[in-house]
Amino acid sequence: MHNMEFSPEALALAKKIITRYPEGKEKSALLPLLHLAQSEFDGWLSTDAMDYVASLLSLKSVEVYEVATFYSMFNLKPVGKCLVEVCRTGPCWLRGADDIVEHLEKKLGISEGETTSDGMFTLKTVECLGSCGTAPMLQCGAEFYENLTNEKVDELLEKLKNSGKRSTYMKDQRVMS
Amino acid sequence: MGRQLLLEHINVPGIDTFSVYRSKGGYASVEKALKTMTPDAVTEEVKKSGLRGRGGAGFPAGMKWSFLDRKSTKPRYLVCNADESEPGTFKDRFLMEKIPHILIEGMITSSFALGANTSYIYVRGEYMYIIRILEKAIQEAYANGFLGKNILGTDYSLDLYVQPGGGAYICGEETALLESLEGKRGNPRLKPPFPAVAGLYASPTVVNNVETIAAVCSIVNMGGDEYAKIGIGKSTGTKLISASGHINKPGVYEIELGLPVEEFIYSEQYCGGIWKGRKMKAVVAGGSSVPILPADLILKTAKGEGRLMTYESLADGGFATGTMLGSGGFIVYDETACIVRNLWTFTRFYHHESCGQCSPCREGTGWMEKVLHRIETGHGHMSDIDLLVDVAKKIEGNTICPLGDAAAWPVASAIRHFRAEFEYHINNPEKVRNPKHFELETVLA
Repeated sequence: MHNMEFSPEALALAKKIITRYPEGKEKSALLPLLHLAQSEFDGWLSTDAMDYVASLLSLKSVEVYEVATFYSMFNLKPVGKCLVEVCRTGPCWLRGADDIVEHLEKKLGISEGETTSDGMFTLKTVECLGSCGTAPMLQCGAEFYENLTNEKVDELLEKLKNSGKRSTYMKDQRVMS
Repeated sequence: MGRQLLLEHINVPGIDTFSVYRSKGGYASVEKALKTMTPDAVTEEVKKSGLRGRGGAGFPAGMKWSFLDRKSTKPRYLVCNADESEPGTFKDRFLMEKIPHILIEGMITSSFALGANTSYIYVRGEYMYIIRILEKAIQEAYANGFLGKNILGTDYSLDLYVQPGGGAYICGEETALLESLEGKRGNPRLKPPFPAVAGLYASPTVVNNVETIAAVCSIVNMGGDEYAKIGIGKSTGTKLISASGHINKPGVYEIELGLPVEEFIYSEQYCGGIWKGRKMKAVVAGGSSVPILPADLILKTAKGEGRLMTYESLADGGFATGTMLGSGGFIVYDETACIVRNLWTFTRFYHHESCGQCSPCREGTGWMEKVLHRIETGHGHMSDIDLLVDVAKKIEGNTICPLGDAAAWPVASAIRHFRAEFEYHINNPEKVRNPKHFELETVLA
């Protein structure tokens, strides 16, 4: 069992975010707080994590579950330290996204949707990320890596592996502060 | 290069900072509006400008503003739609990343016009790094007295916040966006009531696209009449075009509406022609939702007139031979591109993004994806082509929001203009089982 509580910094940020909305409309903070929870709790939202967010906003748990399951950025299962998301919608496909996915699968020894046995990488294909003019591309955490080639992918994997850090959409607490 | 109203200072070092942006005349529209104009006078200038919503629908922005329920005693809201997710569209991201203050300036001037004292910018969650850029810009604007209480010593006050989405194309639909901003699933609402009467928190609300709000700065500075002189007819002003696909110079370009399509594709100032010396096969001119057109019809209308980058010219011929300017997501296909595979990726997208509320869209997008996958991988039947047309017809017009239409139009248009290519797939199953079938054939030819 995780200790499902935000760090003091994250809790302070959560409280600040809640003040952005009119009184009685605190539920509006749900998406920002789910992002915050995901970055605090190893990149995914367990039932415990969602219940904790519900308690912060005085919501019923189901109000959080129904929202978390609707949006594609919320991971409802554990993911590797680096969630590698490759866009493969039309414009990216035109510029070779399928080759990038194939290269990643070979390089990481996993198929799309899987996580490497060392828990370092999860490979996911996603729909349009708004990077069509710099295709093919992938997102890892908040970063966009664009105009990809197999060589660039190799360098990136090396870099991510060496850093050993968990990638999150909220790279630091300044986001949404 | 035509007039540059939004991207004029794009190459100035440090233009993303308040001080440099201000030194280039930034925030002048806030000063002019707050100190010398009434809110209604600002709205009047936007009406006169002829500015049309830049998110894709092209609805006149001034008219949308005039619908705002001004008699209501509830607070009013301006919400910026920065949920840019239409495949082929990346202009708002470019603008927010490079010149974030133009959006902040437009938000202040527009919020003043609408009488909003709290406004939100709803940014798609995947653009988290853009959120960081916007928040820095907002902090600078507060520090310099352009946000907060009594802006520039006037009695107008405004608080501005950035809200992240969670990854959902449907939240680009304005009522789904409002639901999401209220902390709910992004299910579009039944209309009426429209947001102008009951929007965010059931209060009068205007939702505008990033580029629309940014354009308000120039309109207030130069006056609506001057702005309306740019462009042709009801397509006034400048427009950001996201150019992608098989061209030499993909990127975001600001054009004066009225630019010939041919010049946009082949001029060195813009797309720079088709890559690898190949021929152009087709274009999707306004984001994945609009009808695809073959090369001859994108360059010239069915009447033989040169097609222009305007709402009217691109729509000339209706859906039989025309398309739409949409969001300005301009995707170019060379002769090696497989139209069926492209369409399969689009329907997969719509199936993934359907909110599931209306059965024609929820079920229909899934069926279209499955049937297209079958055809593309060499397992199709000749009857599948008409089956696709039938499913698309049954989605179109039968859903709460336009996502259903957006999913149906690409299918109907691809079959209308490229039926032979679908038949080729069904007649040559062995050949199309290689995912690069058309590319290989051209290379071998």
